[in-house]
Amino acid sequence: MENSAEAGAKVGKIVAMKLSGHDLACIRGGRRVFCAVRFSVAAGRALVLTGPNGAGKSSLLRMIAGLIRPAEGGIALEDGDPELSVGEQCHYVGHVDPLKPALTVTENLAFWARFLNGAREVDEAALVERGLEAVGLAALARLPAGYLSAGQRRRLSLARILAAPRPIWLLDEPSTALDAASQERLQRVMHTHLSGRGLIIAATHGPLGLAEPEELRLGTPSTVGEDACIARDTDALDTMQ
Amino acid sequence: MTALSALFVRDARIAIRIGGGAMMGVLFFLTVVTLVPFAIGPDLALLRRIGPAILWLGALLSSLLALDRLFANDHEDGSLDLILMARLPLELVVAAKALAHWVTTGLPLVVVSPILGLFLNLEPTALSATGLTLLIGTPALTFIGVIGAALATALRRGGLLLPVLVLPLTVPVLIFGVAATNAAVAGPVPFDTPFTILCALTLMSGVIGPFAAAATLRYGME
Repeated sequence: MENSAEAGAKVGKIVAMKLSGHDLACIRGGRRVFCAVRFSVAAGRALVLTGPNGAGKSSLLRMIAGLIRPAEGGIALEDGDPELSVGEQCHYVGHVDPLKPALTVTENLAFWARFLNGAREVDEAALVERGLEAVGLAALARLPAGYLSAGQRRRLSLARILAAPRPIWLLDEPSTALDAASQERLQRVMHTHLSGRGLIIAATHGPLGLAEPEELRLGTPSTVGEDACIARDTDALDTMQ
Repeated sequence: MTALSALFVRDARIAIRIGGGAMMGVLFFLTVVTLVPFAIGPDLALLRRIGPAILWLGALLSSLLALDRLFANDHEDGSLDLILMARLPLELVVAAKALAHWVTTGLPLVVVSPILGLFLNLEPTALSATGLTLLIGTPALTFIGVIGAALATALRRGGLLLPVLVLPLTVPVLIFGVAATNAAVAGPVPFDTPFTILCALTLMSGVIGPFAAAATLRYGME
């Protein structure tokens, strides 16, 4: 928790950070998932992505992380670190947990702490200890991650984002498999991040307990998306081929 | 650099834990080498003559054994996403992973090759020549193999695709590895000639492999 505040303090130097996307379109496997998506999130604010399955919530998050190139439009970060790409300033929590079953809980977290902090000098052991305490896994520190339950795996993934300060958090259904106490913990962590001028974009089906998040509703391609998209569909597919 | 060394340590640690690929390669090597005398019969002179070639073939097949999981595991559990998002050049990431793979699966093959050579009635010169050429040549096999590993991950097909893609590319390494060993034992070519070409092949694949694999991953992960 303190670590997140530290992260916030570092982020705090950047006053008017703002992440925005304009006219974004996404094509996956030849199918248009969404188009003409616009959003804008300022520092200290959260954006919640909602919509039915297949509406492109995860694709949009991956697009912001730089893992998918947008078919149209672009993503811009104002007042971020100009030396880094948007993706390099993001934490991304996808729906699979990047944990190695053969390594212990501590080893898994220590690896990500070192990897994500890069050349920055950090006290890895302290980071790991604090991270595990923040998500309530300290008692299982020496257990191989292969024995963790789904909720515990998710908590270990969330501990990862506390181990390195990054201003933007991209969370793909972060509360999946979490019990009530852990969801509350997640809420507290997200609040701390936001009050430290951080920025959260989360895809979710349920309430995350964030105070007044902005909402971006992605429609199914058969309803909202396609009507708007039809006109541009043909050229987009042409350029793809 | 710390991120790269963390990656190296993590991969090496996973490989030597239970269920990792390190010991599997050695056991497979042992099996292949043991099977050959059963197939061709107990002709000691023949075994001595083809021994280096058998060791090289065995090492070649064993070094490819665990390679198809090199990126596939990271892809399936989402680690590859975070690695791609990181600031590190992907080429260096591939090189670090390849190096960790070689240290945990290639190097043990080199270490056990003299013992397996005894099974094949090799004389001391042949044992040391095989050990030396394997030490120089197996990194080339790994670095060529990472291209196949990246392709198998990008195409989301594991299993036999990798050996089918990679084995043809390893032919030069095999030729000069065995040629150098034979030159050391019987001549008439001096040992240096094929051996320097083997060194050159290793250096070349050390450069081409990471770049080709990184390009494949970047293109394939979209």
